[in-house]
Formats: sequence, C-alpha cells, structure tokens
Amino acid sequence: MSIDTDDPTVAAAPDPEPDNSLGGIFRAYLAKLRGGEVGSLPAVLGLIALVVVFSSLRPEQFTNSFNFANLIGQSAGVTVLAMGLVFVLLLGEIDLSAGFAGGTCAGVLGVFLTRQEWPLIPALLAALLTGALIGLLIGLLVARLGIPSFVVTLAAFLGLQGVLLTMIGEGGTIPIRNDFINGLNNANLPVWLGWALGLLCIVGYAASTYITDARRRAKNLTVQPLLLWALKTGLLTVVVVAVVGYLSVERSRNPALTSLKGVPVSLVVIVGLLILLTFTLTRTAWGRHVYAVGGNAEAARRAGINVFRVRLSCFILCSTMAAVAGIMIASRTNSVNPNTGGETTLLYAVGAAVIGGTSLFGGKGRVIDAVIGGTVVAVIDNGMGLLDQPQGTVWMVTGLVLLVAASVDALSRRRASATGHV
Amino acid sequence: MSPLLELHGVEKSFGAVQVLRGVDLSVQAGRVTALVGDNGAGKSTLVKGMAGIHLFDAGDYLFEGEPVKVTNPKDAAALGIEVVYQDLALCDNLDVVHNMFLGREMKRLRLVDEDTMEQRARETLDGLSVRTLKSVRTPVASLSGGQRQTVAIARAVLWNSKLVILDEPTAALGVAQTEQVLRLVRRLADRGLGVLLISHNLNDVFEVADDIAVLYLGGMVGQIDAASTTRERVVQAITTGVVPEGGAA
Ligand SMILES: Nc1ncnc2c1ncn2[C@@H]1O[C@H](COP(=O)(O)OP(=O)(O)OP(=O)(O)O)[C@@H](O)[C@H]1O
Ligand SMILES: [Mg+2]
Repeated sequence: MSIDTDDPTVAAAPDPEPDNSLGGIFRAYLAKLRGGEVGSLPAVLGLIALVVVFSSLRPEQFTNSFNFANLIGQSAGVTVLAMGLVFVLLLGEIDLSAGFAGGTCAGVLGVFLTRQEWPLIPALLAALLTGALIGLLIGLLVARLGIPSFVVTLAAFLGLQGVLLTMIGEGGTIPIRNDFINGLNNANLPVWLGWALGLLCIVGYAASTYITDARRRAKNLTVQPLLLWALKTGLLTVVVVAVVGYLSVERSRNPALTSLKGVPVSLVVIVGLLILLTFTLTRTAWGRHVYAVGGNAEAARRAGINVFRVRLSCFILCSTMAAVAGIMIASRTNSVNPNTGGETTLLYAVGAAVIGGTSLFGGKGRVIDAVIGGTVVAVIDNGMGLLDQPQGTVWMVTGLVLLVAASVDALSRRRASATGHV
Repeated sequence: MSPLLELHGVEKSFGAVQVLRGVDLSVQAGRVTALVGDNGAGKSTLVKGMAGIHLFDAGDYLFEGEPVKVTNPKDAAALGIEVVYQDLALCDNLDVVHNMFLGREMKRLRLVDEDTMEQRARETLDGLSVRTLKSVRTPVASLSGGQRQTVAIARAVLWNSKLVILDEPTAALGVAQTEQVLRLVRRLADRGLGVLLISHNLNDVFEVADDIAVLYLGGMVGQIDAASTTRERVVQAITTGVVPEGGAA
C-alpha cells in the first residue's frame, strides 16, 4: 500500500487481475494453504483416508447404511458438545466441565420428566436453564474474577460429576420414557421429508450465496469467482444427495418386521444447530466480537467492546449447548446414569473441535469444524470397534490423531506468522 | 478561536506513583500538536486518560470549550476523539474492514452490514489517498507495519472524528513508511482535524508539527510554537524540564 503513488519506494505492485479460471482458483487455494490457512482440509483428508481404510478392511460391516446411520447417532452428543466448545475455544479458553454439565442437565431432565412426572416442555426448559446457569457461574468466575478457565472448569468437572451422582444415586439409572426425547437420537424422518430438507439445504445455500455474490459484484465489492460458487454448490449437492440417498435405503435386517430408513432426526438437530450457530457467529456483531476478543482482547476493549459480556455469553452458550448434548446422549440410551456425559465425552468433543481446525490459541475456528472433527472421531471409534480392536487401541489411535491435529494447528500457526497470514 | 481540547491541572497516580502532576495541554483544530518527552514522562498515560481508558484523578477536561466527562472509550468516541495507540490495537485475525469497524459495526436488520462497511472502508482509504491497499479483505496480520499503521489511522478518521491522537505512530517504521504516515498525519490537520502526535523523533516532530508540548516527569514544561523554536531548545526542555531562556514559550 502506498499513500501517494508518486512514491516509488512504497508503491506496492499493482494488484494482478483476479484469475477466475479453474486453475486460478486452485492456485489461490494452494497459496492460502502454503500461507498456513489450512482450515478443515487436514481433517477432511484424514476422514477420507479413515473411511477408505475401514471400508477395505471391513467392507461388509463398515460401509453398510445401518452402520452409517448408527455412526451419526453415536456421534451426535460429542458433535453438539464440540459445537458449543468452539465458542469457548475461540476466546482462547477451555471448558473441561462441558461433558458433565451435559450429564447434569440430562439428569435434571430425567428427574423432572420421570420422577416428578412434569410435562415435556417445562422439564426440557429446566434442563436447558440448568446448562445456562452452569455457564453463567463459570463465566462469572473466569471473566469477572479472572480465574483461569482451566482451573474453574476442572473444579466444575469434579463438582458436576458429584452433583450428577448424588442426583441419580450410586449405580442408579433414570429411565426416559418420553417419545419426543427418545426420538431425538433414535427416530428417523420419513424418506420424503429427508429429501425435502436436503433439497431445501442445497437450494437455500445456492440461492442465498448467489444473491449475496451478485449484489456484491454489482456494488464492485470483493466477491468469490462465480466458478468457485458453482464448485462449492456442486460439492454440497453431491454430499447432501449421497448422504440423504444412502440414509433413505432400507437398513433393517428384517424389513418385514420393522422398516428402518430415512434421515435420522439427530442429523437434522446437528445441521439445524450448525446453520443457526454459524449464522450467529458470522453475521451478527456479537459474532465479530467473539473473534475480536479471541484475537486481541485489549484491542477489543479499546474499541469499546464489552469484553466481559462477550466472554460470559460464550461460556453460557457453551454450557447450554452441553445441555443439548446431554439430552442427545440420554436420548440415545433412553436413560440417564451417573456416567452420562462422562468418560471420554468431553475429551472427544475438545478433540473434535481441534481436529476440525479450531485453534486452541483462540481467534480461529468455525462451528463446522466441530461437525467435521466430530465425524472423524466417530469414524475412528466406530471403525476400530468393527475391527474388534480392544478399547485400549481405540484410545491410543484417537490420541494419536488428536496429536497430529494439534501439531497441524501449531505448525500452520508458525507458518502463518512466518508468512504474515493468520 | 478557542482550542478544540484543553486540559488543566490534570493528575494521575498509579498507587503510590504519581505519573501526571498538574498537566496543562491545548490542541487546536487544523493544527498538529506534538507531545514530546522522555521515556516514562507520562505521555501514554496522558493519552489514555483523554481516551477514557484511565480516569484522571484530578483536573479539568474541556472539549470544544465545554467541560466533559470521559470515563470510557465510548465517551471519547462520542465526542469525536479517536486514538491510534502505541501498541497497535488491531486484531490480527480480522480483516481490514472488520478492524476499521471493530466495536462499531454497521448493521442492517440487526445483522452486520458487510457491503456498506466495505464500501465506507474503501472510501475512507481513498479519501486519505491510500490507493494501493491490496484488498480490504486481507487479514491485518499479513500487512506490513506501515500498512497496519495506515489501517489504524484510517479507522480513526472513519467516524467524522474531530481530534485524532497518535501515540508514536512511526516508532516501528522504516524511512519510507514513516514518510507515508507523516504525510497522512499532515493531511488530517489540513482537513481541519485537531491532531495530537506523540513522538520521540524530533525530525518527525519538526516536519509536521505546528505546536510542540514538552512533558517532563509528569509535568508540562510548556507548549512552544514549532516555527519559532529550534531542535536544541526542545532537546534541552525534554532533558532538563526547563524551556531555555530566550525561547518563545
Ligand atoms: N498501568 C500502570 N500502572 C502503574 N504504573 C504505570 C502504568 N502505566 C504507566 N505507568 C508508569 O507511568 C509512567 C509513565 O508511563 P507512560 O507509559 O505514560 O510513559 P511514556 O511517556 O508514554 O513513555 P514512552 O516514551 O516510553 O512510551 C512510567 O513510570 C510507568 O511505569
Ligand atoms: Mg508511551
């Protein structure tokens, strides 16, 4: 940039006309990668590799549509939890308590729904409110008192584990008999509705991005090449058609007895939350402020942003999403027990967000990272299980994948700071 | 003409350390006032007080002749005071447009209005004759020091501001980029804004300043007309805290 073009020492080379050909788009993408902006690419490549490996080792069991639908249900809890964690990670903070926060909220749901026999809506609201309150408390301790989030949420992890155990009782279980709750992570949409929603996604994406691009082009603002828009829309179409198509196949072992087909409701929940949260994060001022606080909190403060409120709201959102995740997990097993949201849930969720490309250093990440990373974690867990690998091996492999992902994050950051990208 | 900004007897302590001891300062519209002083003299503290980041313990703060209360950055912005900080207050992970509108995003239907923001960012950069910024959508992290400084200054003039305060805007810059930024500073004053420029570099100061205010150990030594003084006098004022005899104080 130069201020006066008559100053030869500072005049930057004139910007080359953007190359809108296929090759140009590809080269621009490569340049971005080389600059350290890898985004979700490593996760997507890893996912493809894992699917290829498991499909060739266990062609019958891994690739059948029953297992595919099963995989979505298994991973729904972790994925939803990871989506909430993205907001806390964007601040450069952590929430170790999210897993048991989810379990506690599911416990609250179980207590009110089953033991107190409340109607569904108040019980559901009580569970979500519990999540919000947990987030409020953690957020106040972190953002107001300045206690490191690692410590606060470690304490909350231990505490909430105790709350859940006390609520349910040693070795106890609260069954959930509500059809709506149990349907969330077990039922399937009618085949036609799955196709309709899939189509809506494609048309909605294609139309909204096309209209935005056309408007920006008319105003002479920066805009992606039309070809890139077509490529993205095409890719989305392929993915949606493949997923919905595969899930619309009959997957019952005994179709005469019970038919099992259609898009799982859990996938609708995940995609719905993905769209809602992505919209919030990218299109509202609050979303911009989350990135700003994560990138440079002091700059955000000087720009007049209420950093405290942004931090607090992210913790509240994270724990509320944890409540949703807890409900998804409880729905899967039709019950709540003292281990709901425990064991590897939280660690898998943090792993999912990081594997998907969200940085632990703050300021960088997207909600879709959680979905991509959650899928990677689920595929490892599911595929290794099919290989009859002992749990020990599954955990070792998952740990290794997480380590690789964290290294990619750290290396791309070094690369980015060396080349001046973020 | 009454000054755009006036401070009288401003004091500020951090705990037991008194950093500002009764500072007077005035800044006129359409003029560049340089604020000089040794390390630790209290320049940045004075600026942060004016910007509402710290509160002054005592003293009068007048803007356009009226006494004002500035208790947070929003108050200062509402008056038309913008600050370009010594430690650049930019978010590396955001692009130029988002940095320029940080904390004051334009909205349409409650959503961030990217189109208008991008247009206004470009207009502002063009208005400052910044012609060859590669793209206003590049992350700030990938810009050079001079480019980042330009973004910070452009952000300061985006809001019909009346007073722009720059804390050592050229400290980290090379010769050519310093030149750019100084020209930009001059242009702000020529457009009728009041400019307060903090600098350790007297070459810079004599190049653009109309007034020179010298701070010494938290006290104002005096405000001197740049045209009627010399480098030697200013250096002496900075180091001894006294304006030499015969100087036009
Ligand atoms: N937040 C703070 N808490 C305690 N002391 C402070 C604080 N900020 C500044 N000081 C002290 O106030 C004095 C003046 O600092 P200030 O940053 O205003 O100096 P300066 O004139 O801007 O110096 P420089 O030229 O190095 O930027 C210094 O002694 C510094 O240590
Ligand atoms: Mg300073």
